[in-house]
Amino acid sequence: MIATAILHRPQLTRGGWLAVTLALLIVVMGLSVTFGTRAVGWSDIGAALTGQVETIGQAAVALRLPRTLLAALAGAALGVAGAVMQGVTRNPLADPGLLGVNAGAALAVVIGIAWFGISGHYTYIWTGITGAALASCFVYAVGSMGQGGATPLKLTLAGAATSIAAASVTLALVLGRNDIAASVQSWQVGGVGGATLAATLPMLPFLIVGLAVAMLSARHLNMLALGDDTAVAFGVRVSVARGAALIAAVLLCGVTTAICGPIGFVGLVVPHLCRLLVGVDHRWLLPFCAVVGAALLIGADVAGRVIARPSEVDVGIVTALIGAPVFIAIVRRQRLRAL
Amino acid sequence: MTSAVLSLPLLRHRRIRHRQIVIAMLLALLVAGAALTLSVGQTITPPSDVLAVLFGRDVPGASFTVGTLRLPRVVMAILAGLCFGLGGTACQILLRNPLASPDIIGISAGSGAAAVFAIVVLGWSGFGVSALSIIGGLGAAALIAALAWRDGLSGGRLILIGIGVSTLLNSAIAWLLLQAPAWSLQDALRWLTGSLNTASLDQALPLIVALLICGGVLLSLTRDIAALQLGDDKAAALGVRIGAVRVAVILAVVGLIAVATAATGPIAFVAFLAGPIAARIAGPGQPPLIPAALIGALLVLGADYAGQFLLPHRYPVGVVTGALGAPFLLSLIIRMNRTGRLT
Repeated sequence: MIATAILHRPQLTRGGWLAVTLALLIVVMGLSVTFGTRAVGWSDIGAALTGQVETIGQAAVALRLPRTLLAALAGAALGVAGAVMQGVTRNPLADPGLLGVNAGAALAVVIGIAWFGISGHYTYIWTGITGAALASCFVYAVGSMGQGGATPLKLTLAGAATSIAAASVTLALVLGRNDIAASVQSWQVGGVGGATLAATLPMLPFLIVGLAVAMLSARHLNMLALGDDTAVAFGVRVSVARGAALIAAVLLCGVTTAICGPIGFVGLVVPHLCRLLVGVDHRWLLPFCAVVGAALLIGADVAGRVIARPSEVDVGIVTALIGAPVFIAIVRRQRLRAL
Repeated sequence: MTSAVLSLPLLRHRRIRHRQIVIAMLLALLVAGAALTLSVGQTITPPSDVLAVLFGRDVPGASFTVGTLRLPRVVMAILAGLCFGLGGTACQILLRNPLASPDIIGISAGSGAAAVFAIVVLGWSGFGVSALSIIGGLGAAALIAALAWRDGLSGGRLILIGIGVSTLLNSAIAWLLLQAPAWSLQDALRWLTGSLNTASLDQALPLIVALLICGGVLLSLTRDIAALQLGDDKAAALGVRIGAVRVAVILAVVGLIAVATAATGPIAFVAFLAGPIAARIAGPGQPPLIPAALIGALLVLGADYAGQFLLPHRYPVGVVTGALGAPFLLSLIIRMNRTGRLT
């Protein structure tokens, strides 16, 4: 009963915050279309939005549209995946990048390209999901060995080590194959720069399923947050609830990594930020994470285009620059016992 | 009881003897490895020609392959390996945690970021790069210590914060590299994983200076470092000035790591691997500083040779050591989980 009292905050505040974050999302989407390495006049932007591609400016804007869409989808997926992982593992440091899931997905895709010659967006996506699933199982197995189960410290170290291992194998594979290096390289640091509609649309069915499963798990995640015993007392089948939520998270980050490459820290930062805004009820938290995640990733992408003119900084670098200080702040705030 | 007391000097003698044998064998391996890498590459140069080139005589053909191509690589591999191995193991011993090596907790990344800044943005070269790299490494070490400090440095928090700082600095390196006039994958790899492809003999002097000064400091403090391993209280009871020793060791570690990183990039995991391997083969006794340095040199030399000639493609040395080190890191974490050292 106490728990439900905590979970229910005044609805108005949440509604207000939802309006604010949605407005923010629309603003950064607007920025993403108007700002870039090339300055484009308003007339060209207007023309491009109606489908004209005659001047260079209009063509540049036409490239920014799918890019914005991809960043929004990827950000939403990573934000929700991070919130679900933090809920399932009850670990404030859980993030698909930190826990090695993105690196596993990336390795699987690179192995697929290098050894099995896979191509096509759907094949990439399935391979990415497989890699993400294997990596998350592995990290959870390593991180929960020994006394005390999966503590945040153990999980994070296992994830970081798995990330490093997967990344170094990925690098060795890519360097050995000049023929695939070009296609893999831009993708490897985590970027949305090469986005096309043809690559973005195949993500949609997977993302919809992932988000739906995540939302259906929201109530169970609330129960799991109270501890396994309490959750059982509330009638939750703990392992089923955990499994379903993890499948959602793996789907979301596997798909995103298959198309964008490994992007870290979005899944860490966004849920913590959203919890400050709307509290810990996952039924509200998850939609907020989707909106804020989309806004954050689009914002990071815009920043990456502007800070290093005339070249671009990949969005994965920008999110790491933003996210690593947040990670450090969380580590500092936690008591070591709680870690 | 009596026999145990009587055998103590004998035991001590045996340990010292064992350590001397280990060091002699590692040295022999290193010399053999250097000789092999100097004479066998794409082509085989007879040992007589190698020696002739080393003594400065001009041998057609061999002067180029041995003197210009192979010698700088071998010299830089050995010097950088000595620095990484010695610095890494001293840091692990000081912080009493094998995970607390400079390349994992972000000291290497700080040195690398400063070196990249000096080279790419300021256009410097030579000693200036090394100096700024040392400042960067010290800055990173101070930042990590300040962020992780709460009534002392606890292992888990220090390492997590180090991983965070390291990620941050590596992103900064990636960003700085984008500012370079001609971005190339080779440069990026050199600064993110370490490579000897740009090795030249002019880079050797800062490393030799660092090895003489910082290595000398560490070796002269060996007894104090050994006492610190027992814990602060016991070390203080043994008359060790804990604070001063710690500061001296950290300064020496940063000096070694930073200068080597400025020359070759942070060759992945050499600093992390050398200590545990040395501890295993050197047996009990004093902290195995010299064996760890030699193992670092062997690792870099061997991995660079493998990356050039033994693997199906040519890889920079950092990719090879990274592929060796990452599974070892995982197995170490698994072992530490099992024994409950990580809680």
